[in-house]
Amino acid sequence: MNPFSYVRPNSLKAAIDAMARDHSARFIAGGTNLLDLMKNGVTLPEKLIDINQLPLREIRQDGNTLHIGALVLNSDLAAHELVKTQHPLLSEALLAGASQQLRNMATVGGNMMQRTRCTYFYDTSMPCNKRQPNSGCGAIGGINRMHAIFGASDNCIAVHPSDMCVALAALDATVLVAGPKGERRIPFTDFHRLPGNTPQLDNNLAKNELITAVEIPPHPFTKHICYLKVRDRASYAFALVSVAVAMDISDNVIRNIRIAMGGVAHKPWRLPDAEKALTGKAPTSDNFRLAATIATQGAKTYAHNGFKKDLAFNSIQTALLKAATA
Amino acid sequence: MKKPQTGQPMDRVDGRLKVTGGAKYFADHQPADMQFAALVCSTISCGAIASISTTKALRAPGVADVVSHLNAPPVPGYKKTNPGDKNGLQIFRDNRIYSNGQPVAIVVANTMERAVYAASLVEVQYNQETHYTNMEAGMDKAFQNNRMKDYSRGEINAWQKAPVTHSAQYTIPLEVHNPMELAGIIAHWTSPDTLTLYAKTQGVKSVQETIQELFEIPEQNITVHSRFVGGAFGMALRVWPLEIATILAAKKIRKPVKLVITREQMFTLVGYRPNSSQKISMGATADGKLTGITHEAVAITSPYEDFTEGIVAMTKFMYDCPNVNTRYQLVPLNMSTPIWMRGPGEATGSFALESAIDELSYKLKIDPLQLRILNHADTDPERNLPFSSKYLKEAYQIGAEKIGWSSRNPAPRSMQENGMLVGYGMSSGTFGAYRGKATVSAILKSDGTLTLQSAAADIGPGTATAMVQIAADVTGISPDKITFMLGESTFPYAPEQGGSATVSTVGSAVSDVCHALLKELANLAISQVPAFKQTTPELIIYEDGQLITADRQTKITHEALLQQQKLPEVKVTATSQGGEERKKYSMYSFSVHFAKVHVHPATGVVRIQHIVSVADAGAIVNTKTARSQMIGGVVGGIGMALTEEAILDHRFGRFVNNNYADYHVPVNADTPPTDVYFVNKKDPYINPMGSKGLGEIALIGFAAAVSNAVFHATGIRVRDLPITPDKLLHIVSTENATA
Repeated sequence: MNPFSYVRPNSLKAAIDAMARDHSARFIAGGTNLLDLMKNGVTLPEKLIDINQLPLREIRQDGNTLHIGALVLNSDLAAHELVKTQHPLLSEALLAGASQQLRNMATVGGNMMQRTRCTYFYDTSMPCNKRQPNSGCGAIGGINRMHAIFGASDNCIAVHPSDMCVALAALDATVLVAGPKGERRIPFTDFHRLPGNTPQLDNNLAKNELITAVEIPPHPFTKHICYLKVRDRASYAFALVSVAVAMDISDNVIRNIRIAMGGVAHKPWRLPDAEKALTGKAPTSDNFRLAATIATQGAKTYAHNGFKKDLAFNSIQTALLKAATA
Repeated sequence: MKKPQTGQPMDRVDGRLKVTGGAKYFADHQPADMQFAALVCSTISCGAIASISTTKALRAPGVADVVSHLNAPPVPGYKKTNPGDKNGLQIFRDNRIYSNGQPVAIVVANTMERAVYAASLVEVQYNQETHYTNMEAGMDKAFQNNRMKDYSRGEINAWQKAPVTHSAQYTIPLEVHNPMELAGIIAHWTSPDTLTLYAKTQGVKSVQETIQELFEIPEQNITVHSRFVGGAFGMALRVWPLEIATILAAKKIRKPVKLVITREQMFTLVGYRPNSSQKISMGATADGKLTGITHEAVAITSPYEDFTEGIVAMTKFMYDCPNVNTRYQLVPLNMSTPIWMRGPGEATGSFALESAIDELSYKLKIDPLQLRILNHADTDPERNLPFSSKYLKEAYQIGAEKIGWSSRNPAPRSMQENGMLVGYGMSSGTFGAYRGKATVSAILKSDGTLTLQSAAADIGPGTATAMVQIAADVTGISPDKITFMLGESTFPYAPEQGGSATVSTVGSAVSDVCHALLKELANLAISQVPAFKQTTPELIIYEDGQLITADRQTKITHEALLQQQKLPEVKVTATSQGGEERKKYSMYSFSVHFAKVHVHPATGVVRIQHIVSVADAGAIVNTKTARSQMIGGVVGGIGMALTEEAILDHRFGRFVNNNYADYHVPVNADTPPTDVYFVNKKDPYINPMGSKGLGEIALIGFAAAVSNAVFHATGIRVRDLPITPDKLLHIVSTENATA
């Protein structure tokens, strides 16, 4: 770890100002990912701006919208009564992520900002376009069992590791950010980016902007939900494939449905075509199979992750069935 | 007669220290003016160091020195060998790089953070050469080490002529011990030829011996402390280059130096279970009598050492089969040297053998348990000797009953529960029941307390607790008055804690020294206490810290006896080792593992639901710590079966999952209820306690039980560990997704 200075501003403005003055600086909240990156020499900030003093820890109801402060801990969010009753999908996804100890430290904003777990990104003696643009992608010709099957590019096939973000993408959340020019709102599904030619950019947050909150609009998904995470060990493992499903069923017809996947792309992967195919249809195995077929069309696999297409196909159906019968 | 202490579930004597932070592990020691070290490790896999630039590192705050082959103090012991001889990695001897992650320099600073930072500033240039890290691609370099020659009895490849045959290849990836406690050492030269070490080791005496050979200083000038070890599983069975590097750095800067390596470095600096490929072929008569087994194994080693272990050992004697031949070859790669990892080679070999037996049983349409019983070896077919004790059949019976073996439908993929495919599998394991040589001192003080000392180790099984129980039974002294001290090189000799032999080896010496102590006390009483004048040591009763005459009319406490004679203490030392009985009998421990698994039919995820493991390990000294040891071995086995695999990118020769997040050791959620049973019958020959070893058999065979259960659940045979979801997915039907 390199030497760095440390500041702890106590206002949002002071935090943003501190960032504006020093472009190698990084905000730190729980530090569950940033400290790893610093220890591995992947990120070498000369200044850490500790934002834990900022008043961003609130979970509150704004009309029908749930407002979640960026510093709310993952464990607190998962256990919150409003989340458990109104957005159980989010609670399930959070509890599928990391370990209890990490969830006790990790914040909502930090979860969104976590970097990929691609090994080539973390090992500074191997090539990685995300860490060092134009050095090449180590994963494409290397070990890529955990890597993307959707939306990747020739520059990067890394996946976003979050479970929470998959649920937030499915629930049409909105990200609130603050910067020198004031506040702005970003639809959650537009927050993270695909790698394209700029894999070094994980998201559309400007350098000196700070996430302040996430908002979830009202929706009817309290019963028929499922977060299915398929992984190599039962806990504390990243998803091979995960599927978030939320649906509203009445009179044996799917009135409204959201499906998103994790572990398959550089961002939480919404499945709009599969959602469309199921809207207005009966929740049957045949329809779910059709949706899974649609969802996995266009998957591109590499030397070691070919199984992910089949796993996604099966997992989507499994999650849909689980949600429908919940 | 008092209830014996051995066989009781006594609490660990050091349990409180361990859970309250009172136990001092090597890294907890702080000699005055201690400095901190960090390693700079190679990022190439083969070649030579062209240059090392230390300018920036030396300018960093708090840095004392950067030590490498360019400026390290000489190691006198290196001179006995030529560079390039297979004598291990002689750290800092020259500029050769044999494997990725090899230490090229050690940076010393006044804080750990500063050392780590300065290490990142050391710039190393290499002349890179072509490296080889892929075993499959290196099969043409396979060779045989003289320690492991071909074995055969009867006819070679007789299996081919059998009416029913099975032949298949089984592969196990490289696995890393990954104990919680990281490796490292504190080295302190208190004079130019006097060295104190705080080490993480399974044997302080072997550390002392290695250092003596390398540095050519008198044995008594080397003091090694290692009272507590935070897990090792075999990785601390030798001195590694990282420890020599630290000793050299301490010598150069003339201050104590502490090194604790990183989790990433645990993958390249302290050994591993070598990846292996095994072909097992077997044949049987139609009614299930084995007629031939051929076992051919290949495993990797480093360029500078031949590491061998018992991969093909079990095949030679486990079953009553007239024709057996084995071959074991090594492929040298640009990798560091492997080391025994719990169960070692036998765990590797048993996966192949016990999977193959299961596969054959389906071809024969005979229950796999019945097939094993049908071919049970009543005597050792390899050495033509009787077993000292063997209760494997009892173990099979206990395990089968407890798991409910008879209620399983034997047809593969025939059982379901809550939408999950259900499978039951079983296997057996065995490991040599050893007894080495050890010396123990017993010091009885005039306050009636007994202290036992031996340079043994405790990497977790509860060594001191077992020793106290053994001593209590022999001496009749209450366990709370007995202390067993270990982990100091100044104590009398004991071998490393490895190969499941500590209770057998050190426990025998404890037993012997305690008998010698009683004799000493008896003689004291006979010569000095009038009431005892007419008796002999054999007639005296030893109970509750007292000597009692045979007629029970006169008693004298140990305290009184010593105080009467104004003796502050009585000290006795005894050395113990096995004798002729080891030539007359074949001595092995046996285990049986049963597993019930659920396999998700759509995702291929395997979850073990229930485990029953049964050990025939002779008399159990402590049923509580023994049970814990069995569970620990089983957890290791779950990792081997389902999750553990260190993955290399052969283009670079670097590991891609060298951390706890990506190298999956099982977590609690992977670990189902595990029922442990002991046959618990004394071995009449092995040692005074009648106890055989336990540590290895807890794991040996386990992975096959899981793999066999997965086959029973799914009809899919996975011969390539670990059994991750992707390996079941492509055959699991994509037609019938279920919730």
